Amino acid sequence: MSIWEYANPLRFMGWTGKVLPWFWALAIAALVVGLGWGFFFTPEAENFGSTVKIIYIHVPSAFIAINAWFMMVVTSIIWLVRRHHVSVLAAKAAAPVGLTMTLIALITGAIWGQPTWTTWWVWDARLTAFLVLCLFYLGYIALWAAIEDPDTAADLTSVLSLVGSVFAFLSRYAALFWATQHQDSSLSVDRAEHVSDVFYQPLLLSMAGFVLLFLALVLMRTRTEIRLRRIRAIETRGRRS
Amino acid sequence: MIALLLRDLRLAVRAGGGFGLGLAFFLIVVVLVPFGVGSETAVLSRIAPGILWVAALLASLLTLDRVFALDYEDGALPLLLTAPLPAEGVTLVKALAHWMTSGLPLTLAAPVLGILLNIEPAAIMPLFLSLLIGTPALSMIGTFGAALTVGLRRGGLLLSLLVLPMYVPTLIFGAEAVARGAAELSMQVPLLLLAGLTAGSIALLPLAAAAALRVNLR
Repeated sequence: MSIWEYANPLRFMGWTGKVLPWFWALAIAALVVGLGWGFFFTPEAENFGSTVKIIYIHVPSAFIAINAWFMMVVTSIIWLVRRHHVSVLAAKAAAPVGLTMTLIALITGAIWGQPTWTTWWVWDARLTAFLVLCLFYLGYIALWAAIEDPDTAADLTSVLSLVGSVFAFLSRYAALFWATQHQDSSLSVDRAEHVSDVFYQPLLLSMAGFVLLFLALVLMRTRTEIRLRRIRAIETRGRRS
Repeated sequence: MIALLLRDLRLAVRAGGGFGLGLAFFLIVVVLVPFGVGSETAVLSRIAPGILWVAALLASLLTLDRVFALDYEDGALPLLLTAPLPAEGVTLVKALAHWMTSGLPLTLAAPVLGILLNIEPAAIMPLFLSLLIGTPALSMIGTFGAALTVGLRRGGLLLSLLVLPMYVPTLIFGAEAVARGAAELSMQVPLLLLAGLTAGSIALLPLAAAAALRVNLR
């Protein structure tokens, strides 16, 4: 019994069906507690005023936006190497979720930037990297939508996600030529660097909430994709007979 | 490989091949800019490097859908892939042919058009150098995009959506090199990075493009 057996579509539908309600419940609980704690029970930060509360949405969504792409790259590699259909369907399912998270990060960032930097948008490394990431998500989704044959689409989008991530990475560091206005990472292993403890704990909780939400959404969308494949197979079989 | 290169070049130069089209497009974009932003020479000479780089990028994008599409339509592409030349070699030659018919003429024309935009005299050489080093990367990335979309009937728009984000690092390094040259700073770092980008794309992207071609012609 190896881990790959869980990738069998039938087994996948079985265990995700059982796990999914729990993911939803935990995601909602963590989000309600984390966001509620953050919004109502933390002090206002100096220099920021009440705008600091945007952090509880901005940082987790940015975190998910990047890691969703990583997840898509990993599942694409698994598809290219081991030809597990569920794997590439999970990548396909994650793309719109990642795009949404990227947009949320960009929009909350703009709303946050307006009062603190007095501008909605600056062309700096981090912001530009997210814009480019957003374009890559769009290209990935568009390529899936454009190709009819599912296996061809899966192969081509997988290659695109591999090549695209190299270029997204390059853009991120190429833009370092410009002066930056964005603060350093708010989460790092070094505890002296990140935001102070009052904000840290609710932030971690809402991050956990976003991760669970992402997992729940991706699993749900993957199940939908598997069902769509089944419907397609039944339809072609019906047309033949 | 040389036979294929010569064939592609000959096809491109003949009528309907699209050679010159990219160059004319480059000219038009550069001429349109002063109408858009006004004719003040100070403003123009400041934005000229960026305009020239963006125009070169768009002009090279314009001719990309021809890289594989014509061969795909008349059935030459499957034959090329069954030839003794590996598919990676085919994509490399295609990119080289695309560069020689779009990137190279653009590079040669850019200093002249730079004068039209009142570019700083000190920036002309950096502009030429950065385009010379950077446009092969544009052609190679574009060939990969063309290989991804070769089977699609209306792949043009999708091709630009896929390829333009990948052009971002090249554009940043190229424009940075010209801006530094114009300010008479050392431009070694961006030029070296640009060269690294070009070398990396030439080394690795033929593999990805060939993989995409094989999938598309399965």
